[in-house]
Amino acid sequence: MIKNISNLGDTALYCDFGSKVNKEINSKVIQYFNNIKEKKIEGITNITPSYNKLIISFDMRIVNFISLKKTIENLNLKEFINKKGDLIKIPICCDEEFSLDLKRLEKKLKISEDKILEKFFSRDYYCYMTGFIAGHPFLGDTNESLRAKRLETPRVKIPKGSVGLTEQFCNIYSSESPGGWNIIGNTPLNIFDKTNELKPNLINPGDTVVFEQISKDEHNKYND
Amino acid sequence: MTKKYFEVIRPGINTTFQDLGRNNLYHIGIPFSGAMDNRNYILANAIAGNKENTPVIEFAIQGPLLKFKGDKVNFTISGNVNFNILKKKEKIEGTCYQNYILEDGDELDILSTNKSVYGYLAISGNFDVQFQWNSCSTNTKANIGANDGKKIEKGQLINILDIHSENSKRKLEYINSKIENIRVIKGTNFNYFSDESKKIFFDKEFTVTKLSDRMGMRLEGVKIENVVDTNIKSEGIIKGVIQVPADGNPIIMLSDHGTIGGYPKIGVVISADYDKLVQLPPGSKIKFKEIELSDAEMLFKLYDMETKNLVLKIK
Repeated sequence: MIKNISNLGDTALYCDFGSKVNKEINSKVIQYFNNIKEKKIEGITNITPSYNKLIISFDMRIVNFISLKKTIENLNLKEFINKKGDLIKIPICCDEEFSLDLKRLEKKLKISEDKILEKFFSRDYYCYMTGFIAGHPFLGDTNESLRAKRLETPRVKIPKGSVGLTEQFCNIYSSESPGGWNIIGNTPLNIFDKTNELKPNLINPGDTVVFEQISKDEHNKYND
Repeated sequence: MTKKYFEVIRPGINTTFQDLGRNNLYHIGIPFSGAMDNRNYILANAIAGNKENTPVIEFAIQGPLLKFKGDKVNFTISGNVNFNILKKKEKIEGTCYQNYILEDGDELDILSTNKSVYGYLAISGNFDVQFQWNSCSTNTKANIGANDGKKIEKGQLINILDIHSENSKRKLEYINSKIENIRVIKGTNFNYFSDESKKIFFDKEFTVTKLSDRMGMRLEGVKIENVVDTNIKSEGIIKGVIQVPADGNPIIMLSDHGTIGGYPKIGVVISADYDKLVQLPPGSKIKFKEIELSDAEMLFKLYDMETKNLVLKIK
C-alpha cells in the first residue's frame, strides 16, 4: 500500500511504499503502475515503478499536485486487476570470454566458480523494474552467498548482453554501457528492440526470469 | 517537384533533431528527451508558421554550416545565436526570431550561441525524419529517434519533405533574459545532508562545469556533505532533479537523463526556470533559491502564459 504521497518538484507525485525491498512490496508498486496506466488518467505523462516507490509525472497545464494526489488516493483498490507476469527463459554463456568478474567473485565470496554458477542457475528471478537505460531489467533476489558490492572502479564499457550481479540483484545490460556490476556471463538474446514500439522490452516489471546455461558454441550460433 | 535538401558541410558540436519529446516510456527506461529550451523551440516553429510539434534542428554552442539545394525555403532561428546567410555575392548577418529565405546554393552558417548553449533552426515545412513513439526527438545515448538516434554528421543530406509558406515577413521582438537564481523545491532526500550543507546549498554559488550535456548538468562548488547514506535504493527520477553523489558535487538531470537513479535528491528545479537553466554555458555561476510548491505552480502559469503571449505577438 502507498504509505505516503509527497511531491517531487512541481510535476511529479512521489508515492512511497516503505523502505524495504522485497517482492511483496514491489508487486504492490507494479499493481498500482498497471492499473493507473490502464485508467489513462488525464494529465499523467509518465509512471515510473521502482523497488518500493512509484513516481507519477504530470503536465501542469492539465492537473496539479493536489488534484492528482486526490485522484490517486481515491482509486478503488477493489477494482484493481492483478496482472500476472510472464515467464521468460534467458540463455547465458558463462565462458571465460564473457564472465569478466567470475574469478574476482570467487575471491570476494570465497566460493568456487562452479558453486557460484550452480547457485545462480538454481533459482528463478523476479523483475522489480526496468530502466536507467532502455530495457535494462533489475532482477532478484540472488542466493545470499552470492551477494557482492559493485566494482570499486566501474567499467567504462560493458558489452551488450552482459549479465551482472550486485547485492541481492542481477541485471542484463540491454546495450553497451558503463557500469559497475560483477559480470558472470552473456546472453545472445536481444532484450531491447526499439523497432517494436508496442513491446520493446523482453522483460517487464513483474515478470519471472529463468536463466539457462549454454555453451560458447551455442552462444555464437544463437542468432544464425 | 524538385528535391529540396540541406547538405551538411559542418555538423557543429551537438546537432540533433528535436520536438516536444515522448511520453509514457520512463518505465521502459526511455527518457522524455525533446528540445532542451522549450520556449525557444515553440517560438522557432511559430515564427516559421509550423504546427507546435514540428521537428526542428537543435544545436549547441557551435551550430552547423548547411548548404541549401532546391527552389527555396523559409527558415527561422531562435535563441541567442550568431549566424550568417552566405549568398553567391553577399553575406547577410542574421537576426534571431525572424524569417529568411534560402535559395538554391545559399549557405546557412550558424556560427555560435552567444553566452548561451542551445539554439533552434525551424524551416517552414517538414524535415524528412523518422519518428519513434510519435516523436522525432533524438536520444544519442539510446540511439532512439530521428537520424537513427545519432547526431547530424558531416556530409549527410537532410531532405525536406514539403514546405508550406512563402511568407518570409514574420518576426518577433524578443530578448532572452538571463537568470541569476535557480528556484528549487526541496528534494525527497533533503534531510540526508548536514545542516551546514543544507545552508551552503542555498547560500553559496555553484559553477556549471564542462561535463554538462543533454543528460545532465554537473556543478562544482563547496562540497555537499551527506550524513545519512550516499546511496538510496534506486528509484525513478524526473527532469530537474538535483542528485548529489558521494563526491558531494550536485548533478542536475536534464532531458536525456537515465530514468532511474540511486543518488540522494537534494532538490528539484522548478519547471518555470528549466529553459533558462539549460542555457547556462560552462563557467556560469548559479545560486539556488528555495521556494514552495504553490509558488512554483504560479510561476509556471506565468511562464506558460508569457510563452503563449509571445506567440500571439508574432507579426
